[in-house]
Amino acid sequence: MSLPQETWRWVTDPAHWQGIDGIPTRLGEQVHLSLESVAIGALIALPVGIVLGHYGRFGNLAINISNVGRAVPSFGILVIAFQVFGLGDVPIVIALTALAVPPMVTNSYVALREVDPDVKDAARGMGYRELPQLLRVELPLAVPLIMAGIRTSAVQVVATATLAALIAGGGLGRYIVDGLARSDNPRLLAGALLVAALALATELLLAGLQQVLIPRGIRLLRAPSGQRAATLKVA
Amino acid sequence: MGSRVFLDVVDPWINWDWLSTHIPYVLAAVQEHLVLTAIALAGGLVIALPLGIAARRWTNLHLRPAVLTVFGAFYTIPSIALFALLIPYTGLGTLTAEIPLIGYNVLILVRNVLVGLDAVPPDVIDAADGMGYRPWARLIQVELPLALPAIFAGLRVATVSTIGIVTITAVIGLGGLGQLILRGLIESFHTPLVVATALCILLAFFADLLVAGAQRVAVPWSRPA
Repeated sequence: MSLPQETWRWVTDPAHWQGIDGIPTRLGEQVHLSLESVAIGALIALPVGIVLGHYGRFGNLAINISNVGRAVPSFGILVIAFQVFGLGDVPIVIALTALAVPPMVTNSYVALREVDPDVKDAARGMGYRELPQLLRVELPLAVPLIMAGIRTSAVQVVATATLAALIAGGGLGRYIVDGLARSDNPRLLAGALLVAALALATELLLAGLQQVLIPRGIRLLRAPSGQRAATLKVA
Repeated sequence: MGSRVFLDVVDPWINWDWLSTHIPYVLAAVQEHLVLTAIALAGGLVIALPLGIAARRWTNLHLRPAVLTVFGAFYTIPSIALFALLIPYTGLGTLTAEIPLIGYNVLILVRNVLVGLDAVPPDVIDAADGMGYRPWARLIQVELPLALPAIFAGLRVATVSTIGIVTITAVIGLGGLGQLILRGLIESFHTPLVVATALCILLAFFADLLVAGAQRVAVPWSRPA
């Protein structure tokens, strides 16, 4: 039996769809870790990027966070966090959050900076105070780019969550690491395909969500879709 | 009394004694890291430049959406998954490491080659046509040099990104500095782990400076962003 056939048999084996090492459990772990990390990352990154972008200050800081961030190897941060916090979800959430923050800071900063100054002038002239202007005029206009940043972060985080298996964590990476250790090629390939499918699905899902979340008012006059200020592969 | 306990459980973040006796070992890892990175960048350029130029030259072939879609999907697949997918076929080795790394760089570079070529002002193209340039000569001698700043920008992104991803090739027995991180993990020994992580960041920083410097030399009229 050829390897693709063996892999197909492995994936469709009902035994691999139940229990703590079953595909639903491992998929759930990976999605759970990723959601948690992106949520924490967004809580940190978005306020920073939005405030810096609104006031137009410390632009170099916002950009440099991203530049330094992309040079930091997630694998190294993961293992350092593992040495500090030991077994559990904490090290992987720390490493993934560190990964999620830079694209969201940069994109939300750029998004607020790129709001047309004439629009801000007009809002001011119509009597908007600072906070309502930020919340009701600038933020809606910034949504597409902010969403692009969240999407970039989320896709990288879902991909990198695979590394959790290297520090004895869960997730789909388990199949890859165990498959390698046991020279179990069907398991290895199945893990790889599941991870690849999850990453592609996340990308497509968030691209769709990005379209849906664009405020109706600016959908009409929109520039090319799917724009991103800073994308970078790190995993 | 004796400051050294039999089992010294407190492992410092950096054990300078170990480091001072293992400098050749660390340098060998750095060298492997740089070689893997250089191959991935060179391979990416060798594929991306002709692809970008062809997509631009023969627009009727619709190469552009095809290339961007195929490599875009490839780019989304995590490196560890691609390594795992390739192992049964290409084994544990440089080829398995380089196929994903080169593929990722092709996307980054092709995108920037196209952005650079798109940004050539129509007036320049008109002028070149007026001077009697044929399409190929115009592309190579006029448009490509004007696209260089964008291509260099892509090369900088690709460089920094590749240096990070190379650490993950430790999973397939390579990895340069990733191998030190893995050793730190397996032996619960902090020094190689911290040193390798720090060196990775430094390498990315200096490699980025190097490419920016190369841009200053190759494209003196542009200022690196």
